[in-house]
Amino acid sequence: MEPLLEVKDLYVSFHTQAGVVKAVRGVNFTVNKGETLAIVGESGSGKSVTSKAIMQLLPDHSASYDSGKILFDGQNILEISDKKMESIRGSDIAMVFQDPMTALNPTMTIGKQVAESVMRHEKISKKAALQRAIEILDLVGIPEPATRVNQYPHQFSGGMRQRVVIAIAIACNPRLLIADEPTTALDVTIQAQILDLLKEIQRKTGTSIILITHDLGVVANMADKVAVMYAGKIVEEGTVEEVFEQSEHPYTWGLLKSIPNLEANEQLYSIPGTPPDLLSPPVGDAFAARNEFAMAIDYEVQPPMFAVSKTHTAATWLLHEKAPDLSTVIQSTERELERTKRRDRKDFAKTDSIIQVHKLKKHFHMSGNSYLKAVDGVSFDIRKGETLGLVGESGCGKSTTGRTIMRLYEPTGGEVYFNGKPIHGDLKKQDENRIRQKMQMIFQDPYASLDPRKKVIDSVAEGIDIHKLAASVKDRRDIVQNLLEIVGLNKGFMNRYPHEFSGGQRQRIGIARALAVNPDVIIADEPISALDVSIQAQVVNLLKDLQHEQDLTYLFIAHDISMVKYISDRIGVMYLGNLVELAPTDELSKEPLHPYTQALLSAVPTPNPKIERGRERIILTGDLPNPMNPPTGCRFRTRCPYAMEKCKETPIWKEAKPNHFVACHLIE
Amino acid sequence: MTNTNLEKYEVKETEGVFREDSFKVVGAKKESQDTIARPHVGILKESWLRLTKNKGAVVSLVIISLLVLLALLGPYMNEYTYEQTDYDKAFQEPNGEHWFGTDKFGRDQWTRIWEGTRISLYIALLASVLDLAIGVIYGSISALVGGKVDNIMQRIIEVLVGIPNLILIILLIMLMKPGIFTITVAMVITGWVNMARLVRSQVFKLKSQEFILASRALGASNGRLIKEHFIPNTLGLIIVNMMFTIPSAIFTEAFLSFIGLGLQEPLASLGVLINDGFEGMRNNFYLLLYPTLVIVGLMICFNLLADGLRDALDPKMRK
Amino acid sequence: MKKFLAVRIVNILVTLFVIATVTFFLMKLLPGSPFDEEKLAGLSDEDRMEFYARYGLDQPVAVQYAKYMGNLVKGDLGISYYYKGQQVESLISSRIGPSALLGAQAALLGVSIGLILGMIAAFRHNTMWDFFTMFIAVIGVAIPNFVFAALLQYYVGLKWGILPVAFWESYDSSILPTIALSMMVIALIARFMRNEMLEVLQQDYILTAKSKGLSQMNVIIRHTLRNSMIPIITILGPITVSLLTGSLVIENIFGVPGIGSLFVDSIKVNDYTTIMGLTLFYSAFYILTILVVDLLYGIVDPRIRLTGSKG
Repeated sequence: MEPLLEVKDLYVSFHTQAGVVKAVRGVNFTVNKGETLAIVGESGSGKSVTSKAIMQLLPDHSASYDSGKILFDGQNILEISDKKMESIRGSDIAMVFQDPMTALNPTMTIGKQVAESVMRHEKISKKAALQRAIEILDLVGIPEPATRVNQYPHQFSGGMRQRVVIAIAIACNPRLLIADEPTTALDVTIQAQILDLLKEIQRKTGTSIILITHDLGVVANMADKVAVMYAGKIVEEGTVEEVFEQSEHPYTWGLLKSIPNLEANEQLYSIPGTPPDLLSPPVGDAFAARNEFAMAIDYEVQPPMFAVSKTHTAATWLLHEKAPDLSTVIQSTERELERTKRRDRKDFAKTDSIIQVHKLKKHFHMSGNSYLKAVDGVSFDIRKGETLGLVGESGCGKSTTGRTIMRLYEPTGGEVYFNGKPIHGDLKKQDENRIRQKMQMIFQDPYASLDPRKKVIDSVAEGIDIHKLAASVKDRRDIVQNLLEIVGLNKGFMNRYPHEFSGGQRQRIGIARALAVNPDVIIADEPISALDVSIQAQVVNLLKDLQHEQDLTYLFIAHDISMVKYISDRIGVMYLGNLVELAPTDELSKEPLHPYTQALLSAVPTPNPKIERGRERIILTGDLPNPMNPPTGCRFRTRCPYAMEKCKETPIWKEAKPNHFVACHLIE
Repeated sequence: MTNTNLEKYEVKETEGVFREDSFKVVGAKKESQDTIARPHVGILKESWLRLTKNKGAVVSLVIISLLVLLALLGPYMNEYTYEQTDYDKAFQEPNGEHWFGTDKFGRDQWTRIWEGTRISLYIALLASVLDLAIGVIYGSISALVGGKVDNIMQRIIEVLVGIPNLILIILLIMLMKPGIFTITVAMVITGWVNMARLVRSQVFKLKSQEFILASRALGASNGRLIKEHFIPNTLGLIIVNMMFTIPSAIFTEAFLSFIGLGLQEPLASLGVLINDGFEGMRNNFYLLLYPTLVIVGLMICFNLLADGLRDALDPKMRK
Repeated sequence: MKKFLAVRIVNILVTLFVIATVTFFLMKLLPGSPFDEEKLAGLSDEDRMEFYARYGLDQPVAVQYAKYMGNLVKGDLGISYYYKGQQVESLISSRIGPSALLGAQAALLGVSIGLILGMIAAFRHNTMWDFFTMFIAVIGVAIPNFVFAALLQYYVGLKWGILPVAFWESYDSSILPTIALSMMVIALIARFMRNEMLEVLQQDYILTAKSKGLSQMNVIIRHTLRNSMIPIITILGPITVSLLTGSLVIENIFGVPGIGSLFVDSIKVNDYTTIMGLTLFYSAFYILTILVVDLLYGIVDPRIRLTGSKG
């Protein structure tokens, strides 16, 4: 195999007002012709900076390349002229960006944006370039490319825009394609389409790909080689099998164990703490402070890269000959994990329900006569002590459902009962207060869910103040202190302001605020989707522990079906304002009945390269229809592989098997 | 990966790096996990720090303080009053007796300028406070009640916005007798609209924020939401906008006086003085120069200070 | 699109109607009309009646109002109280030339210099260039236009004697007032352009453009400029206002026989019909500008396709 790109000992830093951020600290890797290297890491690990350095797209005024080489085809990119680099960019190396909503120029037609690249590098006429653009758009799966070239980005859906971004990147048959989180901003069914497209392009053109991502499932699905980045360094590198199956670095272990395994039922491992601040990176191994197997030397000397095999290297002192054999230590921690192994999913079939949702509708008035039917006739119940997961893609109405149950919206129709009593409409003040206390909510965005002008103590105590739960100022203080301890925060943080905390810490504060009023039910609206993988596991574990200790009932709303599967006892699947299937988790995983559920489950890549290799995906064609104007009858019929004439009628919600509900004409 | 690469990764065991207990497992560091990277600084203090980093804003603040002080004390620093005439001493260039010279009636310019500054500042302050009061109330009602009420209130604003402000002010002043009160009222009648729009859009933005939803989910009453969340989170915007209103009110007053619709002699305001100075500028340039310096100083400093405050209070800057 | 236009035009007519009504009744309330009882005291009853009849003042207010509105529709703004026998609309049209010339020149000068300054500031962000441009922008906003005009007149006109200062004689006479008038426009545009460009330069699609291998120049011309110039259309409204109000003082200072000085003169002599006429004229002009701005925006920005539903 011939190396195409070699990055050697690259150091990149940024000059900011706060000081010099050492974003990339000695990175080495090689990409061979035709292979896919995945660089995995959490936010701030330096993976995006590395990829932009290869493209020479870092901002001139603040970024500096301190040392190292980037050899593309043997020539050092850091030393060539701007002009030369321009001729490499877009023709030899091309890039696909994360957010298709912002990556395209809003005031230029799609055709021109694709043709621009061709014209720049191939010196052909405008007309010929436009013709090429049409061919490329056809290649990336844009229907009717000849008419769509004249349209503007806002006339395309998110998935289609990402296809256009890919079209721009591959327009000149680049030898290296850098894809920076290419599917992070997309729904899972669309993600499956895009990953498929990237693979197909690679098969046809033989391009090498560098895939930057935080999603280990995507890595297992796409990569030949994996490099794991932490705090500006590559800590482990190897073939996808080596990294997933014989990982040597404790950070890699932690990452792999902090994502739910679809088969096993064990407690999620969560890496404690947060990544270091790269303004002043720690001496020694940057991961040491979060590493339970850290040795004295880890705090003193940076570990070098140890070779495990010809293709597998890892930067950890554990590979040094003098390091102790960890198998005994690891076994004991495994036993520890074993002990805390999650209780088996209880059968909640016979438990009383605490919340009943009956034909709930919530329509939003848009302009003129149009209504957005965000939730359109949804019925289910939540049983005491269970976790009900609600999944679906963007615009399916899952958050609106949660907020309407929470009484943040008045429903357009239908009713919600709490302990048998309706909660909407005119209530007596004391009833309203009681419901407000018994039901609480955790929000998605840890940055927006805390008032920036309030100290932590006042945010957490808000419910205590409203319902007058504290007898005195001291009492209030004690309660808050206790709550902070429960969610695992230092009680000394009480007088701090939200902006001083990391995302995970803020989410804990939000949880403490909800717990302050001793609720029975907590509606968690995408509580982890804004967090890094290792932090997600922390929050999910916290939620599970709390449920166990305080007898809570959860409605867990998320788009990440693997996390929902992990935490939920039962799962409801929503599509365009309708509930299409509802079943106990195991049942739903093993025997999904609705074609949409099947596609959704199939679309999620698992962090297991063996499974991913042999897997046949159901790839849905087309985009999510406009929720303002959903299809009649079964709303899924426009994308359903089994759609038939009958699907123009609205399917009935029926119990196909005990406790397994579905709305589909295929199920009789 | 080639073998040469492998060699490179081999450990060089430098002398003295490894100790006996170097490879003993000591585990994660609990305390360092639980820290906050940034030092603890309160919000007000942080904003203040950011403001003081802005040289332009600091200098402006100093100059404004100085001018305000002079406006308050200046007229009492010599024995003349602003309306006291002395025809024998008309058109005297600045000298030891009359620091800024005298005008066509022999009135002391020093006294008149600071008297005028005081009146101009007074009008500007009064107008911006009234703008603020009306604008905040109107804007927040519009946003908080929403629906039809909001719709009607917005239509009213649209009609007002459709008329060029100055024309409306001129008409209003013609209707009432010129004077400090009239000018202020005329400015407020058009000026509050801007504040109302800003407050409305800010409250609308806040309304859909998750921390407001969280507060509502906890059962917060509207009164509590306003007191605890809306006001603190709009205050910065209001202050900044008020800072921009002051110079524009100073300008409007001067403009009106300049075209003869503002204050009338012998009262002094910066506009009146500039008008006087303009008429006598051919032979006595100093009559134009000093009031011009004061008004330009005030306008520039208030603008710079407002800019600085906006940057200092903008939550977007805080990460 | 048609529906949008129709809705907007109806809105404009309603606004103009409201303004006309308000102005009419304001004028009725105003003191010091040239035909006050005391001023006409010396006239005989007959003469007085004839006077009133000539200006339609002998009729009830409602009738006067109806008549005024009726005439307005026909484009008849009434007879000036001061310039005896002159129709207000012909008065306006006879003086509009110099004002239009000044306004157009100032707008052109202001927009082009403002754009250039804004671009320089954005490209040389955080350098002396940026600092200098922003200083100019602050000064342009902060120095009252009449002060600036007076200073220009004093130094350039009187002290150095380079350009004519007071009389509207040749094209040269328009140079100083144009500069004075354009100051504010320069400041507004420079500041806006700078901020827009800094915003656009941070957008992801600029990275996309760079990643295609486009040269710095091409990225700027093809992607940055267009996208940062589109929003400038939105501040054309405030710019019109600053030109309109600026013309009031600046025409006066430089002795330009335009509608701005006509307006100020009318105020001084309480020529109410002319004031009313000009108020309506200014308002209509402003409202039309805003309509043009909206339409233009819809044309240049493909994201906004005007539909009838948005009123």
